[in-house]
Amino acid sequence: MATNKEKQGNEQFQLGAFLTKYSMVIALVIVFILFYFLTDGRLLYAQNMSNLLLQNGYVLVMACGMLLCILTGGNIDLSVGSVICLVGGVAAVLITNQGFNIYLTILLCLFLGLAAGVWQGYWIGYIRIPPFITTLGGMFIFRGFGRLVLDSKTVSVQDTTFLNIFTAYIQIPGLDNGERILSPLVVGILVVIFIFYRTVSSRANKEKKGYRQNSALADFGRTSLISLVLLAYCYLLSQYKGISVMLLWVVAVCLLYHFITSKTAFGRYFYAVGGNEKATQLSGIDTNKVYFIAYANMGLLAGLCGLLCLARVGSVNGATGTSFEMDAIGSCFIGGASAYGGSGTVSGVIIGALLLGVINMGMSIMGIGDSWQYVVKGGVLLLAVIFDVVSNRKSGK
Amino acid sequence: MADVILEMKSITKEFPGVKALSDVNLVVERGEIHALIGENGAGKSTLMNVLSGTYPVGSYTGEIFYNGELCQFKTLKDSEAKGIVIIHQELALIPLLTIGENMFLGNEKKNKMGHIDWDMTYNEAEKHMRQVGLNESAQTLIKDIGTGKQQLVEIAKAFSKNVKLLILDEPTSSLNDEDAKMLLDLLIEFKKNGLTSIIITHKLNEIIYCADKATIIRDGSTIETLVKGVDEFSEDRIIKGMVGRPMDDRYPVREHKIRPEVGLEIKNWTVYHPLYHEKIVDNKISLKVHKGEVVGISGLQGAGRTELAMSIFGKSYGTNISGELYLNGEKIELKSPEQAIRHGIAYVTEDRKTNGLILEESIRFNTTLARLDKVCQNNVIDTTAEKSVAEDMTKAMGTKTPSIEQKVGNLSGGNQQKVLLGKWMFTEPNVLILDEPTRGIDVGAKYDIYCLVNQMVEEGKSVIMISSEMPELIGMCDRIYVMNEGELRGELDAKEATQEKIMSFIIRATEE
Repeated sequence: MATNKEKQGNEQFQLGAFLTKYSMVIALVIVFILFYFLTDGRLLYAQNMSNLLLQNGYVLVMACGMLLCILTGGNIDLSVGSVICLVGGVAAVLITNQGFNIYLTILLCLFLGLAAGVWQGYWIGYIRIPPFITTLGGMFIFRGFGRLVLDSKTVSVQDTTFLNIFTAYIQIPGLDNGERILSPLVVGILVVIFIFYRTVSSRANKEKKGYRQNSALADFGRTSLISLVLLAYCYLLSQYKGISVMLLWVVAVCLLYHFITSKTAFGRYFYAVGGNEKATQLSGIDTNKVYFIAYANMGLLAGLCGLLCLARVGSVNGATGTSFEMDAIGSCFIGGASAYGGSGTVSGVIIGALLLGVINMGMSIMGIGDSWQYVVKGGVLLLAVIFDVVSNRKSGK
Repeated sequence: MADVILEMKSITKEFPGVKALSDVNLVVERGEIHALIGENGAGKSTLMNVLSGTYPVGSYTGEIFYNGELCQFKTLKDSEAKGIVIIHQELALIPLLTIGENMFLGNEKKNKMGHIDWDMTYNEAEKHMRQVGLNESAQTLIKDIGTGKQQLVEIAKAFSKNVKLLILDEPTSSLNDEDAKMLLDLLIEFKKNGLTSIIITHKLNEIIYCADKATIIRDGSTIETLVKGVDEFSEDRIIKGMVGRPMDDRYPVREHKIRPEVGLEIKNWTVYHPLYHEKIVDNKISLKVHKGEVVGISGLQGAGRTELAMSIFGKSYGTNISGELYLNGEKIELKSPEQAIRHGIAYVTEDRKTNGLILEESIRFNTTLARLDKVCQNNVIDTTAEKSVAEDMTKAMGTKTPSIEQKVGNLSGGNQQKVLLGKWMFTEPNVLILDEPTRGIDVGAKYDIYCLVNQMVEEGKSVIMISSEMPELIGMCDRIYVMNEGELRGELDAKEATQEKIMSFIIRATEE
């Protein structure tokens, strides 16, 4: 009897842990289903699903950079939207008005973003000006420069080389032609094969070294679920234009930052600084440099975002990028990053960004205006953080 | 019949796992200055917190009688309403507010309309300030007056609360001798007007100077109360009461194999305060530690020991550091903790929660942090190697934990200390600096840590041990340096060291 009870308690505990760990994934699924019905299924149209990632691609890229800033202690970068405006403006002017070489322009613009980040990172990391103030200053300064460059006009870009680098849909000869698009399916199947291979090899590795591992059901169940979602998404892509280059950029950035934060020594230092800066310093780590890199990197990614936005929208004006940083910050916090720093993952941030994206898109399809979208987005952000704080308090942290 | 103002009867106070006070009795007569003395952690401050209601009734056992009536204080406000005011060691003043604002903080002078009457506030404030001999304007900001005057503001604040029983927790620890004497004279002056004070202090000369009685607390129990004019009332007598605990076999035996080579040596090491650039924290200190030797540094809190250690450890404390540092006989300069670690120096902090560990992270994360490169290839962490390192270190340290993925914040103090030690063992140091390595941990964990120290020196490494527990230093060290007020005041061979000798070095220094 007693053992039975114990077992039951154990299972319940695991369920609770499962719910806490995947709470945001579950929330995403619930919100998705909710909007699926509210929009009479229109949410799941191939075009909408394809656009979901493309529309929010820039948010994901920014959020990866913002995560590093937030990890260092809940610090945010308010200047991202302005850097996007400046970089987008410079790119548009160079390409359209000056006829500059496209590749040179892209390099120059990324460098410009990085320079903006280095400027702020220097003050924050080495002079210890509070990030809020530094980036608030940057927000005004870069917005102003952006407007100066644009001369208060809207500048559009039609250059196909430039647009192809960021927004074209991939056409693989033999797989894709005007009528049928197979490349997403092929890519999807290859990725699924790869993740199954990774699961099997990692289990075998753990087995060999005698490490504790999850049950086969849990591991393969998880892999299968991810594969299923992936394949379904690839199928939808194949129904609408195929894979966009933009998607590749976004996926590449997410994978890179996932790798940096989870596998590299330098990535770990962000968590260490956010967890306890003094202890990190006494462990021989240059914490000034950690802050510096976080903000320099944010600048670089904002530069990339500037180019992505320019290519997607096709033009840039003095208001481009306004309050974009708030979407990135919101995604991080909804995705479980701690407002005090030291915890948060790229996968969580992706979930957070998608949650916001689904809400946006669902409400747009339903024809609900901007004003209500703001109210709902704000509410979701607050709810997510309240949930996080309260559940942490319960678990006795 | 003596006029007793305060009687605390068999007070017992427990914290999780620790008995801070056990059956403590204290009787204070009206109009006397009563000194409370004991080593760090003996329970003096805890007792005063019980009295003031900081620890509410019910969280301790025993009874408090004040003016003959039983008191059951639930908050600080309750005791203040009766005229019991406590002034803490760390002043509770807000630097950017004025003296007047600070004096009536939380107790603001309001007019009939319900908003603050500033004229009355400053008028009242200045009235009380004159009582303690402060001639400043009440509108002066706290940050613009020195610590000595800030201490007086605290007392003036107590007067504004109509104080009958004033408790001062180490009031002179941050004052220079002149300010300290002025403060004590002021207390003697107030005594004539009928004020009763309880003063907690380490400085025995001050007790001799101003106190009428002295109650000695040791290990959470009252040992005795000495009365001036009745008992022998001297520093020697008080020291005997303070340290007279029996020494048991609490330290593992080691063969003393000190090698002639010097592991680390500093000469004329001077460190200035990082914020107050003119203040010297460590003044011309020279000391050395041989290979295979454990050297202790004794002294009271604030003697400059931690600051010394941290300044050696890659200048992680202080400014304008001068002096020479020799490692294995070679003169070097260490500019950052990273360089210190590379040169085989490890500093295990006294404050594991604030300066040592990342509590939100796992044992694994913490263990490898100081030398993450050792488990990295091309800057990418080899998780397999990292796990096995953490497993090995956990075993070697005897850390009790369900897994290496356990959050360090969830471990007990002793186990946290072992994780911290493991972290520094992983850096493979040749010179290990331990700062209060056994603070706040249980006897078993202490013994384990002593064994680790012995193991280190048997391998020919050098250990510097900073501790406020004198028995620990006498039990573990080969030589002991005594520091006070930023200076080296003596050096003792551990064989001939006694607590009285160490204490007398400290006292002598204070008297100067």
